[in-house]
Amino acid sequence: MIDEGDHLVIGDHKLTSRLIIGTGGAANLSVLERALVASGTELTTVAMRRADAEGGSGVLELLRRLGITLLPNTAGCRSAAEAVLTARLAREALETDLVKLEVHADDRTLLPDPVETLDAAEQLVADGFTVFVYTNDDPVLALRLEEAGCAAVMPLGAPIGTGLGIRNPHNIELIVARANVPIILDAGIGTASDATLAMELGCDAVLLSTAVTRAQDPERMACAMRSAVTAGRLARAAGRIPQRFWAQASSPPR
Amino acid sequence: MHIHINDEEREFPDGSTVADLLAALGTPRQGVAVALDGEVVRRANWAEVVVPDGARLEILTAVQGG
Repeated sequence: MIDEGDHLVIGDHKLTSRLIIGTGGAANLSVLERALVASGTELTTVAMRRADAEGGSGVLELLRRLGITLLPNTAGCRSAAEAVLTARLAREALETDLVKLEVHADDRTLLPDPVETLDAAEQLVADGFTVFVYTNDDPVLALRLEEAGCAAVMPLGAPIGTGLGIRNPHNIELIVARANVPIILDAGIGTASDATLAMELGCDAVLLSTAVTRAQDPERMACAMRSAVTAGRLARAAGRIPQRFWAQASSPPR
Repeated sequence: MHIHINDEEREFPDGSTVADLLAALGTPRQGVAVALDGEVVRRANWAEVVVPDGARLEILTAVQGG
């Protein structure tokens, strides 16, 4: 029932799947592979780390074999300068101009630092990157990031890895209502209904990792998320009934 | 000469290029990127750029994350 022409277009990229998966947290590459295939994702994040760090090998090969486009992130960066350098290194290493910009303020909340994020976004756009920007659920900042030239704005539902769902649905709706670039709900998704809600609120896609990779059965949860995103997209397009205070009979009167 | 690679001090022959260092370290050429004192060294320039004594080199690759 999803229209064949219903694609998510970001920069030069055209995606059929509206579910973007992060690869962090998977127990091993075989679990990750099964989850990625079950999710139907076409775009997947990777992090950039020192080449001597553990786990460096394998993930690139896996993603290339599955034909999934890479979205390198700047996770772990604390300043605009660090994020810009990391993005440039990712472009060099992976030969892509896509970047998921994230600048975290501190380790406990992992909340995005709005000042550093906007600064980095401006620099990366000027440098020719297609910037997917991780941001707070702040409608004003979301607009500022769009004006800075970001290709997609990605507000959080809740802090990374918390699984708390969408804490401020109204803010997400406000962001969607004024956006002229794709809005991708990023972070905070705990289970399938959270992903559906994101799409019902009008988001163009959902990005999640922990909810799948740390689920008891990642492959099954990936399958659930795929259906959840599709369901939410369809429900949004179908137009839900208005909420009413009193009952309205659905059977004819006697 | 002494070079700091990913914060670890290593000894290399004078005049070594970025490509020489990567070869000596056994770093795969694909999927990695190099920053010399905070600036990206393009892959095409690895064989020409001579690493100065005391330089800080960062070698990054993609891992699971995000």
